Parts: sequence; structure tokens; C-alpha cells
Amino acid sequence: MALPPFQLALDHHRDSLARFLVATVGPQEAEDCLQETLIAALRAYPRLRDGSNVRAWLFTIARNKALDEHRARVRRPVPVAEADTGGAVALADEPDEELWSAVRALPPKQRAAVVLRFVNDFSHRDVAAVLDCSEEAARRSLHEGLARLRREME
Amino acid sequence: MNVEDRLRKGAPGTVEFDPARFADRAMKEGIADVAYAHADSPLGPLLLAATPHGLACVSYSDFRSEDATLERLAARLSPRVVEAPARLDDVRRQLDDYFSGRRRSFELPIDWGLVGDFGRRVLGRTAAIPYGSVATYGDVARAIGSPRAARATGNALGANPMPIVVPCHRVVASGGQMGGYTGGIERKQHLLTLERAGDRLC
Repeated sequence: MALPPFQLALDHHRDSLARFLVATVGPQEAEDCLQETLIAALRAYPRLRDGSNVRAWLFTIARNKALDEHRARVRRPVPVAEADTGGAVALADEPDEELWSAVRALPPKQRAAVVLRFVNDFSHRDVAAVLDCSEEAARRSLHEGLARLRREME
Repeated sequence: MNVEDRLRKGAPGTVEFDPARFADRAMKEGIADVAYAHADSPLGPLLLAATPHGLACVSYSDFRSEDATLERLAARLSPRVVEAPARLDDVRRQLDDYFSGRRRSFELPIDWGLVGDFGRRVLGRTAAIPYGSVATYGDVARAIGSPRAARATGNALGANPMPIVVPCHRVVASGGQMGGYTGGIERKQHLLTLERAGDRLC
């Protein structure tokens, strides 16, 4: 099976990637992050092996772009009020900002596991593919993330 | 409400994706190996595709599905297939002019990547048939020095990946029969009629 045309993969996974990035880096940075993710993916696409899991591969790239974004944010801190509420106003659903801010503050693996599981409905196995770890380790990251959120929220 | 329920319930939303911004950047960085666009025509919707070398494909979308065309481009040219309408602006303009009778020949670089050696000889000769005239399959076969290959010539024309621009509609069967066409015989008839009218106008 040859690689599908890139545009078809993009059309298929774009919305799901957008939701992942909003949850992971916030609405302010998600649009740029999504563009960066898809440009990086297009650049590397011919090197992807036939029969690869294109979705997991795209989310791995998105996760790396989100990590870059988090690192950049540490270097250029944004005023807290702006970071927490900006952009969210435009969203259709009422987002639970307190909760999602706490999600964004989780350590990277836990954050990715929680978002992939609860925002993107990934199976534990697919979460493991994105995190490039065992299914067991993916479950552990998820449980640790949830435990931490519980401590902070409840 | 516990954390799991809150995570399930209050989705953090989504963001807009700007396809033009993406296509623009992909073209600028030279990583959109195959750019494609949709176009309307009097013969129905078309899918147009180009590489950095030139136009590679014109396809009648209701004759062959767009996904099938894109998959063929991905398999034969490069999987880096991107919808980038601006790259095809010139092709679209020339096609519009052709359909409105203002243009009699196309001035477009061509990428022959989807065509084999024999097909390229056949289509190269076909491109030289003037607007408003026709030749037979046998004429084309003779002109490329393969007088016995009229049938193979017909097959090569049927596989023309750039109908309209490479005018395979100008090749007909001998004895006044139309012969086949890659987009169906009605389209061939339409193009020949258009060119007879255009010939009188110009």
C-alpha cells in the first residue's frame, strides 16, 4: 500500500490535531502550532514507511511542536490573565478553563496522555504509539496525570 | 463532578486552519511536489495538478473520482500532494479562455511524468494537430513512424493524463466515426463543436 496523498491525510486528521493542540498549548498558540505541525509533516512525509500509522505519526509531530511551544513560553512568559482567558471567548463550547489550565501545566507525557485519551478518544495503544512507549507506560502516564489533576481540582 | 467527567464534558474547543496559508508556505519551501486545484468548466468539474516542472494532469472529476486521481498522482509522482489553487491560476485562466473561444492553443510547461515513452510520442504528435482540425488514429500512428500501431495509439490517447490541453479529442476514427474519449464521447463532441465555432470566430 503506497502512502496516501498528503492532502487526504491532512483533511482527515486536521480537526482532531487542532483539538489536541488547543488542549495542549492553548487557543492562542494552537493555530501557529497546527501550521508548523503540518509543514513539518509534509516535509518529512516521503520518508514515512508505507503502511505506517499516519495518524500516530502526525500526532507525534504535533506533540513535538507543542513541546517546542512550551519551551518557548518558559523563555517568554505571558501575563497570567492573558494566557488564561485570551482567545477562549471565541470558542463555541464553554471551556472549563480552570481544568484545562491545569492540564497544560502537567508534565509533558502526562499532559499528552490525558489530552489524547479525553480530547481525541485515542485507545491506550494509540496513545502509546504517539508517546513512543509501551502500552503499560502510556496507562501509567495517564493515571499519574489524572491523579495529579484530582489533587489540584478536588 | 470528578476530573474524568469534567475532561469529557468541557472540551477546550478548536482553532481555524487556514489552508491558503499552509499551501503558500508549502509552495515557498518547495515541499509541495504535486499541487492541485479544482476548476469548473462547461464539461463539468476538473481536477488540475502540476509539479514544479509543469502541468501533469487534467481530470474530469465526474468521470474519475478525485480521490482516485490524487492516489494515482501520489503513487506515480510523489505522495506530497497538496491542494494549492494559486499554483494552477494560469492553467485555469487559459482553460477559461479556451472554453470561451478566446484561446486556440495552450502555452503551458508540461510534466510528462505520468506518460510512458510511446505515449509521449503519441501525445507529442497529437499536440501538433491544429485547433479546429482532426486526424485519425492511423494518421498519428504513421506520423510517429509506427504505422501498424493504430490501436496502441488509441490506447495511448485514451490514457492521456492532460485532456483538453493535449488535444486528444482531435484524433478520431477513420470513416467519419468519433472513436473513444477519455472523458466520454459527449465531451469529445462538445470540444470539436466548440473548436468549429471558434474557428469561424477567430
